[in-house]
Amino acid sequence: MDIGIIVFPGSNCDADTHHVVRDVLGHRAQYVWHEERTLDGLDAVILPGGFAHGDYLRAGAIAATSPVVRALRAYAAGGGVTLGICNGFQVLLEAGLLPGAMRPNAGGEFRCEYVRIRVERTDTPFTCALAPGQVLRLPIAHAEGNYYADPPTHRALLAGRQIAFRYCDASGAILPGANPNGSHDAIAGVASPSGAMVGLMPHPERASEHLLGSEDGRLIFESLARWVTPRPPATRDRLEVR
Amino acid sequence: MTVAVEQTARRSEMSEAGLRRAEVDEIRRRLGRDPNRVELAMFGVMWSEHCAYKHSKAALQRLPATGRAVLQGPGENAGAVAVGDGWAAVFKMESHNHPSAVAPFHGAATGVGGIIRDILAMGARPIALLDSLRFGPPDDGRVAPMIHGVISGISAYGNSIGVPTVGGETVFAPCYRTNPLVNVACLGLARSDRLATARAAGPGNPVVYLGARTGRDGIHGASFASAELAGDPRDRSAVQMGDPFTGKLLIEASLEALASEGAVIAIQDMGAAGLTCALSETSARGGVGMEIDLGRVPRREDGMTAEEVLLSESQERMLLIVEAGREDEVLRIGRRWGLAAAVIGRVIAQPLLDIREGSTPVASLTPRSLVDAPVYAPAAEEPAYLDEVRRVDPATFPPAPPRAALLALLAAPNIADKRWVFRRYDHMVQTNTVVPPGADAAVLRLKEAFPRGLALSVDGNGRYCYLDPQVGGMLAVLEAAQNLACVGATPAAVTDCLNFASPERPEVFWTFREAIEGIAQACEALAVPVVGGNVSFYNEADGAIFPTPVIAMLGVFADVRCHATPGWKTDNDLVVLLGGGVGQLDGSEYLTTVHGIAAGRLRRPDLAGTARLIECTRDAVAQQLVSSAHDCADGGIAVTLAESCIAGGRGARIGLALDRGARTDRVLFGEAIGRIVVSLPPERLPALRSLASRLAVPVQALGTVGGSRLIVGPQGGPPDPWIDVDVDDLAAAAQAEFRIAPRAQQPSASDGAPR
Repeated sequence: MDIGIIVFPGSNCDADTHHVVRDVLGHRAQYVWHEERTLDGLDAVILPGGFAHGDYLRAGAIAATSPVVRALRAYAAGGGVTLGICNGFQVLLEAGLLPGAMRPNAGGEFRCEYVRIRVERTDTPFTCALAPGQVLRLPIAHAEGNYYADPPTHRALLAGRQIAFRYCDASGAILPGANPNGSHDAIAGVASPSGAMVGLMPHPERASEHLLGSEDGRLIFESLARWVTPRPPATRDRLEVR
Repeated sequence: MTVAVEQTARRSEMSEAGLRRAEVDEIRRRLGRDPNRVELAMFGVMWSEHCAYKHSKAALQRLPATGRAVLQGPGENAGAVAVGDGWAAVFKMESHNHPSAVAPFHGAATGVGGIIRDILAMGARPIALLDSLRFGPPDDGRVAPMIHGVISGISAYGNSIGVPTVGGETVFAPCYRTNPLVNVACLGLARSDRLATARAAGPGNPVVYLGARTGRDGIHGASFASAELAGDPRDRSAVQMGDPFTGKLLIEASLEALASEGAVIAIQDMGAAGLTCALSETSARGGVGMEIDLGRVPRREDGMTAEEVLLSESQERMLLIVEAGREDEVLRIGRRWGLAAAVIGRVIAQPLLDIREGSTPVASLTPRSLVDAPVYAPAAEEPAYLDEVRRVDPATFPPAPPRAALLALLAAPNIADKRWVFRRYDHMVQTNTVVPPGADAAVLRLKEAFPRGLALSVDGNGRYCYLDPQVGGMLAVLEAAQNLACVGATPAAVTDCLNFASPERPEVFWTFREAIEGIAQACEALAVPVVGGNVSFYNEADGAIFPTPVIAMLGVFADVRCHATPGWKTDNDLVVLLGGGVGQLDGSEYLTTVHGIAAGRLRRPDLAGTARLIECTRDAVAQQLVSSAHDCADGGIAVTLAESCIAGGRGARIGLALDRGARTDRVLFGEAIGRIVVSLPPERLPALRSLASRLAVPVQALGTVGGSRLIVGPQGGPPDPWIDVDVDDLAAAAQAEFRIAPRAQQPSASDGAPR
């Protein structure tokens, strides 16, 4: 598999994602500079975490205007498989490629800690190796992860099964105390209607090796391998983003 | 080195440029003429205590700086030690106390930015930050904004640049009320054979400016940091403003330029004293000179004077000496990362800084004259207060009820769980953090040299140093080494940050010299070199701070998978005390928390015995004999046991020896170096005993892990124990977010977040 990892000025989880994709999972990984104009030939694209353009203005707002994000629109429209992690998710929201928006955390502070998320949808390239309702233990590290969707958008998310992950407790229960940032409906990650594009705030790349305390994040990357490998490229046309 | 230190004389005795009259006379003698205004200003910043270490240089010679693994000792931007497989760990700690007192957010943020550039200047990628913070009491309304500002500043800068903050300490005492301490340590990694230097060379080679544009911020910052805080609102202009985004770009661009084989001859950051310091230090180290055109320096605003450009401490700037003919390559890298990049001059063979603006001469000085500031031998005199505080005998205070005292200690700001601090720092980015903040030391794996790893601990106890600076200095070193041993790492090197009041007061300088002596003796006993450091004087506003030397110690792992953490792991494991001796209440956290005093007489530690304990513990962890290891520090053995219970989520039943009429509070809460609590499966006890006996380390079985309560009583004990508390109640006490006075509504315009 050829996986492109987009590098914006200020990305800081690009190398961590590259390490997991290449050294832990054994795929081919390449960095894609923010000025690139095409993503053709990549089996999947990952927008890593960080502070693209310093997150000045709003998290992800400046990065969303990059040449590579224009290329990403075409890539996604063609069914390309895309994962946005943390700041990468914020960029996808700012670009309008995924619905909703981020507000500053309810507590007003940056938070870096392990949380639990429940898998809400399993027919996506990043969740197909997971079971519905499965609980993953992953770290978060963000100041603006308080997901918001207005009522019509939220209804559309529910109708389109676009909620990919929700914050939960160890048993999988959705409780206010298990929601680290005040996200609406405990939403930790959303998918495009087809599921080809997924964004989430927790960092799966930080939880892909036993030595670092959790391997749950690896299941998200392993889903990708399971999704892409057995399918010839043509079948990916089904995954159109509308 | 980016000699950060602090200055000369009290403000009243200083001439305009912050120099003493005798110093101005010395400058005239060296030049053989009167300096012009700009030259005098350059001397003013370069001869500030912050840049010149005038009062500390001679005393610092006492510290041992050599060792087999040392690749770079004091003298460059940071120290470096070999950590195996051709890799070098580069590390350094620096203070940003004065700026943080005046503008907590930006002061702390630029403290992070500044230390990172020192690591970068060694050609290393920064891989971890730790910070050692001191504040006044958290329930004080004047202190709370400082706490919030400093922690927010570290969080905003460190998180954005993608360098994890993996540990540190946050300590509170009234003496830091108006003069907080913000000491930041940074660790970097480089190939040993690719370490960079700050030694200019090669006449004709271009001098390249890289990074943010130069503005009017931070002018005279080095001089400001070299006098007592006077509460002057104009001091705020001496504080720099940080931009972490540019800092991140500068890391990537500098490392990319350094990776272009042979392109970069030398590199140094522009920190304290800005361009003046970078030009004179790189030239002086290389024994060369430079022709510089200030007109080519990228600027943020029009109308800046030559003096402002030379003295500006604008952040996120580096100076590079580049191989002639390869400057375009370096400039291209800088511009690709969106940075200002320009050739501002050339190296010349004659050791002269010939600084012009266009064709107008600005300054003409030898680099040595700026760098070799006068060195002073301040008077030292034992402070009178020592007699008084040492006369206090803790035995005259009534013992507190043990259960209540334990819960009070766990909830005390200095001991309580610091999750409320470190969860605001990204401590996981770069995915190397094996043991996160909250344990005895931070543990990192090295992806590049796996399974090798590194550990770092920062420690200092101002209260101990207040009571006995020499013993306090020793204890800071031993404590750091014990912390490393507990996680399983071998102590390898030290960098220090020495925070003191004015060295011009003999009673302060005496504590400085004593602390250095203590640090030196302990480092010699452990065979650990001091490869770099920083001195921060003039830490006094309402009164002097405690003498506060802070030690950052680096440890190495041959196999980082063999590490330990403080929490109990398995029911029925034995709890064993390695090392011996009863603690003392003198100077203890118990005496401060329960009885509200800092007094008593400290014992001199057994240096050789502690060195053997450290080796024994390290081996026990590395050989995976033990399930947990935790250092006995603040709050004594009772707090150590409670912390292992909380971290492990399980209880223990413990019996402690009570010798000849010893008080229970002394047994439970007394403090002493040289004690480590481990837990292990019973079948491994013989192996541990044989390891310990080989090193003559006492082993004492204390009890057993299990249940949901911590029960502590006398050994072989009577039915009613001293302490019997549910682990959940211990955790609730330690994790209760103690009262910090409420946060202000909005940060003021001059001290808000950088956007």
